[in-house]
Amino acid sequence: MINTTISLNRGTYKQPNIFGYYGNYGGAYIPEMLHRNVEELKERYLEIMYEPAFQKEFRDLLRDYVGRPTPLFYAKRLSEKHNTNIYLKREDLNHTGAHKINNAIGQVLLAQRLGKKRIIAETGAGQHGVATATVCALMGLECIVYMGVKDIERQAPNVARMKMLGATVRPAASGSQTLKDATNEAIRDWINNPNDTHYVIGSVVGPHPYPDMVARFQSIISEETRKQLLEHTGSELPTHVIACVGGGSNAAGAFYHFLDELTVKLIAVEAAGHGVHSGMSAATTQLGRPGVLHGSKSLVMQTEDGQVVEPHSISAGLDYPGIGPMHAHLFETGRGTFLSATDDEALQAAFELCRLEGIIPALESAHALAALNQLRFKRTDTLVVCLSGRGDKDLATYMKNIEAPNP
Amino acid sequence: MGRISELFKQRQNNILNVYCTAGFPHLESTLTVMKALQDNGADIIELGMPYSDPLADGPVIQESGTVALHNGMTIAKLFEQLKALRNSSITLPVILMGYMNPVLQYGFEKFCADAAAVGIDGLILPDLPQYEFETEYGAVIKKYGLDFVFLVTPETSDERVKQLDALSSGFLYAVSSSSTTGKDKDFNAVEKYLQKLQSLQLKNPVLVGFGIKDKQTFEAACKYADGAIIGTAYIKALEHAEDINEATKKFLEGIKSHPLKGG
Repeated sequence: MINTTISLNRGTYKQPNIFGYYGNYGGAYIPEMLHRNVEELKERYLEIMYEPAFQKEFRDLLRDYVGRPTPLFYAKRLSEKHNTNIYLKREDLNHTGAHKINNAIGQVLLAQRLGKKRIIAETGAGQHGVATATVCALMGLECIVYMGVKDIERQAPNVARMKMLGATVRPAASGSQTLKDATNEAIRDWINNPNDTHYVIGSVVGPHPYPDMVARFQSIISEETRKQLLEHTGSELPTHVIACVGGGSNAAGAFYHFLDELTVKLIAVEAAGHGVHSGMSAATTQLGRPGVLHGSKSLVMQTEDGQVVEPHSISAGLDYPGIGPMHAHLFETGRGTFLSATDDEALQAAFELCRLEGIIPALESAHALAALNQLRFKRTDTLVVCLSGRGDKDLATYMKNIEAPNP
Repeated sequence: MGRISELFKQRQNNILNVYCTAGFPHLESTLTVMKALQDNGADIIELGMPYSDPLADGPVIQESGTVALHNGMTIAKLFEQLKALRNSSITLPVILMGYMNPVLQYGFEKFCADAAAVGIDGLILPDLPQYEFETEYGAVIKKYGLDFVFLVTPETSDERVKQLDALSSGFLYAVSSSSTTGKDKDFNAVEKYLQKLQSLQLKNPVLVGFGIKDKQTFEAACKYADGAIIGTAYIKALEHAEDINEATKKFLEGIKSHPLKGG
């Protein structure tokens, strides 16, 4: 049974304190208009999530609808190339093509128990929007997805998928017209519809309790990994876990059950875009300063005057100027190692995985793979790379770059 | 006694607080707008500091902030402009409204010190939470003699309204419904809510905001509260204004077109 006691301390790697802080980061910096809804969630999320009936429904859906457990695949040829042992946690094989559905199912089930009839979500690349639209179709709930005008243009297939699934896609035309603005619009919708609506945040960001709640729903990734590694290697513990980080939900899930296993190196890979210092990057831990974005205190990419800047990454899912407070804490304490991969490095890593293992990864996940080239491993090391999503949605980008030099 | 308390000591009804965005419509129009508000009958000025991600504001105010940022407005620039605030003939209470992130970047204590130094009377930071106010920031705000105004909504429990009232000074900002600024709302429900606030016997005067846009809504709000706050409607009036003073005069005449009972 999972320990649900939380106290007035500074929180742990895994769990924030009762005010939602992981060390210096977290909290709930929200206007009063959101207070009642966020407070209701805070009061009830743990109780609801760990109800046996809830757990049964959640686990059954993950098994029968999503297709979990996802395989832990020993990538033999990739391992040979790096002269080590690399396992891929195949979140790309989930229904809808990424880890996002784990959280979408959890939150929609929770919303039902809170008596909410209307679901809203934000989306960047569209993966979280598609996952939420899918679960709402399954449950017969109204679904509204906010998406930046620019993202609607560049992610047309996912927009079509959401519409087919019966969701309303509302363009966020304010500000920079991308993920951060879609998040602003979703929050405004929630402010304007305080009674019947639940806001399904797609990452480990937002006001407390969202970062903790989303991390718990995604923790199924590392829960399975431990069991599967034991079968493969005789030990539940790898030497390294590697995951890409935008807001950080797949990394939170992949790290979760290893956070307190201090022998396991946790490696988070951010998007460096054209290069960390190119002015076209989304490497928040390298470029950000402590600040408040979307309801929590964390590291935020911003101007000297505190205006949030628009990041850049070839991968829309990593194109976010903040990072979850859990990750800011892992960065600050040194528990996590934060690397970054450029657009080109991610593309090369994606082409390499296609040719070596016959798997087309999402551009986001390709950033995690790209980090393999930046580290040195021992022959005896055991690495788990979270392959957070599949690359179908990125085909247009891949086609444009198919002439890229072979790895 | 601060300018805000002084105002409410003199008058307890029909207080008109008007919101304007610093650096809008032009970078250098901040003081011109404030002077126009004073000259044409506003009682309090709520001066918005533009921010890239203003969660509690609707599209009209956000757009004015985007324009202001594009014009080059920053907190540092604003304090530079406001050095002339109390040397000009502006005597109205002025409250700075903004969001935590830019204030934290400026340095919270430096921000309070500089605000107090130029003659600002109070702060509204809607995303500064109660817990952080009580444990960290409230003492700093107090140290510089600034008032701090919390928001309450129809969803705020009576117990919490009392807590937030106890922490506030100057006045309490009653959001007329749970919504972002600039939304039309049914005023009957609002009346009920304001009557409830009245019955709680709060220590602070109550000003009603969100959804106040004309004479009718202003007067309705003033029936059960000490006054009201107008934002979106005024920003709209300024958007295409050729003469800021004329536009402000016309706008405020529309709100206060009859002699006010206590005015």
